[in-house]
Amino acid sequence: MSDPSLHQSPLATLHLGGRESEAAPDALVQLAERRAVGKLNLRADPANTALMQALETVLGYALPLAPNRTNGAGERGALWLGPDEWLVTVLSGQENALLEALSQAAAGHHAALSNVSDARIVLSLSGPRAREVLEKGCSLDLHPRAFQTGHCAQTRLARAAILLHQTDDAPAYDIHVAWSFAVYLWVWLEDAAAEYGLAVGDGE
Amino acid sequence: MLQIPCPHCGPRDEVEFSCGGEAHIARPKESDALSDAEWADYLFMRANPKGVLAERWCHTLGCRRWFNVERDTVSHEILRVYPMGEPRGGGSGA
Ligand SMILES: [Zn+2]
Repeated sequence: MSDPSLHQSPLATLHLGGRESEAAPDALVQLAERRAVGKLNLRADPANTALMQALETVLGYALPLAPNRTNGAGERGALWLGPDEWLVTVLSGQENALLEALSQAAAGHHAALSNVSDARIVLSLSGPRAREVLEKGCSLDLHPRAFQTGHCAQTRLARAAILLHQTDDAPAYDIHVAWSFAVYLWVWLEDAAAEYGLAVGDGE
Repeated sequence: MLQIPCPHCGPRDEVEFSCGGEAHIARPKESDALSDAEWADYLFMRANPKGVLAERWCHTLGCRRWFNVERDTVSHEILRVYPMGEPRGGGSGA
């Protein structure tokens, strides 16, 4: 477990703190890092109803069984990653407590849990033109007829592997990207959003 | 570029996938007993048809699951997508 006091975003090298107060009244896109998202990778057999029930009791919500769907958002939710795999999000600092509780619920069953909080960071992209920004580098159909709030997808954005999650109709998206690709993708997003006006938001 | 229908995620661009080569090639059970020629046949020789080929694909950048695909190597048309372990049906050729 990493020492929280040593925790630093990979975006620190961009010195975004000084830009969060920049006035951008006409900005049609907002971009920020969500810093408080802990992440657990969960493997479990959805056909094992006793296990699924035990996990749901701990989580307080059901794991989404339909492909590329989510339940919950932000710091509390589960994203479908595969037919027997989910990413469970939790408020930073509570990862180990939740991992322990889920492990106890899964005791005696065939399941796996890992804390993957520091594998990826989460960028929050929102605003009336956020979808157009993504469409510059993503081949998925993100039109509301095909991709809506509560949907997620593992795909590519500007050649970087991402986990995309629409969190609001506004629209707003969470973009999970590998730590080592974070600066690259941030800079790419800034460039792609420049023509719409970009506001760099407070990291939450 | 192909659009490949992942059995879980639906149609996605080819760049999200890895091709695992020809499907339904079973590893010989008693490989110790094989001649070099038989072992080489298992390792290297593939049907390589001009026409319908059964291949393994993995949705590497998506759900990371393997599945089988029947693809026409001339037109690139994808004729069928079916789970790993399911025997090849329909189609012609090896
Ligand atoms: Zn898939």
